[in-house]
Amino acid sequence: MPLGPLAKWLLLAPAVALLLVLFLTPVGWFISASLMELGSWQDIWDEVAAVMGTGVIVRSIINTNGISLAVTLLTLVIGYPVAYAMTRARGLTFTLILVCVVLPYFTSTIVRTYAWMVILGRNGIINQLLLGMGLVDEPLQLMYNRLGVLIGMTYVLLPYMVLTLFATMKSVDGRLLQAAAGMGARPMTIFTRVFFPLTFHGVMAGSLIVYILAMGFFITPALMGGPDDLMMAMLIEREVELSHNWPVAAIMTIILLVITLSLYAVYTRFSDSSEERLA
Amino acid sequence: MMAGSFLRAALLRSVVFVICATMLAPILIVMIVSFSGDGYLKFPPQTFSDQWYLRFLTNARWVGSLWNSLLIALMSCVVATAMGFLAAYAMVRGAFSMRKAVMALLLMPLIVPHVVTAIAIYFMSARFNLIGFKPWIALAHAVVALPVVLIILQSALKAVDPNLERAAMIFGCGRAGVFRRVILPLVTPSVVSALLFSFLISFDELVISLFLAGIRSETLPVRIWNSLMLEVEPTIAAVSTLLIAATCLALVIEWGMRRYQEHRFGAKA
Repeated sequence: MPLGPLAKWLLLAPAVALLLVLFLTPVGWFISASLMELGSWQDIWDEVAAVMGTGVIVRSIINTNGISLAVTLLTLVIGYPVAYAMTRARGLTFTLILVCVVLPYFTSTIVRTYAWMVILGRNGIINQLLLGMGLVDEPLQLMYNRLGVLIGMTYVLLPYMVLTLFATMKSVDGRLLQAAAGMGARPMTIFTRVFFPLTFHGVMAGSLIVYILAMGFFITPALMGGPDDLMMAMLIEREVELSHNWPVAAIMTIILLVITLSLYAVYTRFSDSSEERLA
Repeated sequence: MMAGSFLRAALLRSVVFVICATMLAPILIVMIVSFSGDGYLKFPPQTFSDQWYLRFLTNARWVGSLWNSLLIALMSCVVATAMGFLAAYAMVRGAFSMRKAVMALLLMPLIVPHVVTAIAIYFMSARFNLIGFKPWIALAHAVVALPVVLIILQSALKAVDPNLERAAMIFGCGRAGVFRRVILPLVTPSVVSALLFSFLISFDELVISLFLAGIRSETLPVRIWNSLMLEVEPTIAAVSTLLIAATCLALVIEWGMRRYQEHRFGAKA
């Protein structure tokens, strides 16, 4: 039954109130109060200029975008064949691939990160194996550097890419591929001229969502990264927890929010049913 | 031509197999390591025992954090699912001119980095002395669980034919009756999914808890985090295995509910 305007807003009220009290108000308050601490608009502007000129902060912005881009490309390259195989698989094979994607997806990020620390650590499984086989003389540094961050983050974000790509690929009409084959197109041509263009918006949606989520990453880089892998989210946390420098945290937050929210605006263009894809 | 396509298929198959194995391996390795009888992390373990589980279950701080997590997740999933259900119903059945704007607002907590949400709530909570107050942490978790609940329930409610509701009303059923006798039975599996997933989100949430938990309400993920900062001890493997088991259980219940519903109504609900 259609709902009247009053009933509609009454039903929405609890959820909207929750977000107002515990999301919009705190974020707005934190940013405005922290900036106000600085004084006048001129002082705020001077601080922004000073922050943007600080080496550590500029490097963290570059790091964050560099790592996010690398992770996006890695998940795309690894996720594409998996999503494709899922669209082709039936029965047990499909279930098995799905389990391999969904189980990590719903496992806590800290548990997944810990798992990779067990594997990649100095006394980790890979180093034990390599030392045991005599392939290396001393343990390799696989973690607490960029390599560790990329492996950990790619692992955590891969399911988002696979599930987004799968949703798109599933909706490709198989008869189009048959038609192309029937007219003599070779498999490579079918892929580059028919299948890939038809899944392109899924590629964009998946890449954007992984990039957006990677931008805000904190747990994995904090545990698996080295001193050179400081990301924006880590820097914000550090400014609050260690330096109690709320104004700098607020300025960094604004930068992070501007980047993620504008990318999200682009994302909504690429997927009309963005809501379903996120789940 | 035939040999080429056969090779390509074999190549794709082995690539996908390797990727899937790599996806599952870390989880399996943690589970195996958790039963290690050795003094430190060795793979494969030389001996097996339940020593790390015993160490977890006999340590008051670990067990306390488990209870905190359970309590917070329970409160959080009920709140998120109830609010999400009402909002989803309004979104599906209400005529909206600003549907997109409302939806964008409700989905925002998924997009905004958790660190930002966490620090902002922390900033406010410190002023009202709410750090470590469990219902407050549960509400904060509900904020990030709400979008997921909303997505699940919205697609479930969309599948309910409004004519069924209309028919029930014509036969004298009130709004409450329609809700209890028509809508709820049809979307029960999705409500269970929403409860399970919002429970998992809260149970696994780290960043917000890190700021809001204080000393009073250290949750399991926060405890893991604090202990990982010191060393990669095998007790964490035992805790992780329990968390993985909880995830598996939730996924199996969810899957079972769906199968049951399909069987009962003969269609995908």
